Amino acid sequence: MSENVYTLTNVYKTYRNDGKEFEALKDVSLEVREGEIFGIIGMSGAGKSTLVRTLNRLEEVSSGKVEFYGRDLAELKQKELREVRHDISMIFQSFNLLNQRTVIENIEQPLRIAGVPRRERRDKAREMLKVVGLEAKENEYPTRLSGGQKQRVAIARALAADPKVLLCDEATSALDPKITGEILDLLKVINEERKLTIIIITHEMSVVEKICDRVAIIDEGNLAEVGDVKDVFSNPRSKAAKKLVFPSNPFDPSSPDGKLIRIVFDGLRASEPFIANLVEQTGLKVNILSANTRSVGGIGYGQMVLELPADPADQKAVVDFFKAGGLAVSEVNTYE
Amino acid sequence: MSDYIINTIISGVWETLIMTFFASLFSYVVGLPLGVLLYVTSRGRLLENRAVNIVFGTIVNVMRSLPFLILLVLLIPFTRLVTGSSIGTVASIVPLTVGAIPIVARMVESSLCEVQPGIIEAATSMGASPLYTVLHFILPEATPSLIHGGAINVATVLGYSAMAGVIGGGGLGAIALQYGYYRYQSDVMWTTVTLLVIMVMVIQEVGTLLAKKKRK
Ligand SMILES: Nc1ncnc2c1ncn2[C@@H]1O[C@H](COP(=O)(O)OP(=O)(O)OP(=O)(O)O)[C@@H](O)[C@H]1O
Ligand SMILES: [Mg+2]
Repeated sequence: MSENVYTLTNVYKTYRNDGKEFEALKDVSLEVREGEIFGIIGMSGAGKSTLVRTLNRLEEVSSGKVEFYGRDLAELKQKELREVRHDISMIFQSFNLLNQRTVIENIEQPLRIAGVPRRERRDKAREMLKVVGLEAKENEYPTRLSGGQKQRVAIARALAADPKVLLCDEATSALDPKITGEILDLLKVINEERKLTIIIITHEMSVVEKICDRVAIIDEGNLAEVGDVKDVFSNPRSKAAKKLVFPSNPFDPSSPDGKLIRIVFDGLRASEPFIANLVEQTGLKVNILSANTRSVGGIGYGQMVLELPADPADQKAVVDFFKAGGLAVSEVNTYE
Repeated sequence: MSDYIINTIISGVWETLIMTFFASLFSYVVGLPLGVLLYVTSRGRLLENRAVNIVFGTIVNVMRSLPFLILLVLLIPFTRLVTGSSIGTVASIVPLTVGAIPIVARMVESSLCEVQPGIIEAATSMGASPLYTVLHFILPEATPSLIHGGAINVATVLGYSAMAGVIGGGGLGAIALQYGYYRYQSDVMWTTVTLLVIMVMVIQEVGTLLAKKKRK
């Protein structure tokens, strides 16, 4: 049984500005286990950044407890907190590198803060640069690097002090899909090879699908759902999770009597030509409005939104056909 | 112009340079830390401290709003205490320094404010102490802007040094005043004024160039 890196118990965060109060986190309790990649996903303004910032006490919680390997962060004195922060690295959407320092000097920073001697520092920084594949840029200044390269430098910097956990706040949001993929692959490799626990904040489903083991869904400051990515994505229970997994359908039925359904299938059935079978066996035609398949942990999941024929009897026949085939069928409310 | 006047002007240039150099240097010795203090204690910053910020902020504001000529006169006893005299090139360095400190402090503060908050957040998340963050994150990142501000400050001190000539300071200002104002020798006055303008321009250009070179 692996140990908990983080245990959050009933965490609340209230911002107070000019007499105005805003509850950004409401009663959040969750655990992050050693060695996993834990995703935190939610809409903009949901409180993801606030949550991740409580994990290294960049933000103080208003009530509740944030424990890091069993130590309550709120109880640490400033000096102890700085020590603990050597074990908690963070990368940011805006990279936050020192523009006036070279790549290698940037990577050395956390080691310098920890008081590592110069020679050792340089060696370690070079090793990290190799991990992220940027040996050639050692003496370059960050302003001459692309976004993806900057984030690699930031990752190298984050790894330099051998942290126990890596926090990523929208680390790929400023990058294009291809570079995002590369950075995520790199994080996955680091997670596996270094057994580093990684916590990823994102508003993109694709990021969670690609590398996370477990995911927490945050909705207006509440923890809506938490669980294995497979479970949450194939069977979302909360409204917020459903909204993320099944983004609302942009199409309307073509006739007022038309009915939309959503069918959800798992890896096994994704390969079955069930629409063709339907037409063949019942002679009824459906209109595919949207289809979406994705691979979660190597297993294919998918969903499809179909428009059914106008006749209620036909509609029932189609639904029955899919249900008989073991597919999950749900009605789509266009105004959901 | 006679040889005598030419020699006077040459030594005037030297005196002006010496006053400007030392007054700038000393004003940074005090003004830079003061600017850092104003920055770190202001709202939402690293070592937010309302009381300290208000006290020092008020002192700086009061000093800055005094016209420099008034400051020159007010400081005569203090200048005499420090340098043993209240006239001449060396004596002028005292009021010039005092007059420049608040300007430097505010300039430094505004340069530091330009540093991206994300950089400071990164430092904090790495476990850097506030002092380390200032020395190794904030100041290096603000360096190009500090140099730029530095050029403006030095040029200002140079302008003030000409004013110091009014109450017995040395330098080109004093020469312009003596020959131009009291003796109506306008050629001398225009020469000194031209020299002052050229010096300000050179300082400004060098500052801009250095800042540009430094900005990666
Ligand atoms: N310093 C602050 N003072 C007051 N309110 C704040 C502060 N920081 C954040 N908030 C509010 O808290 C809520 C959550 O903010 P947070 O930055 O955590 O959202 P987020 O989920 O990270 O969003 P995004 O995806 O846009 O980054 C927002 O409504 C925001 O306006
Ligand atoms: Mg955010």
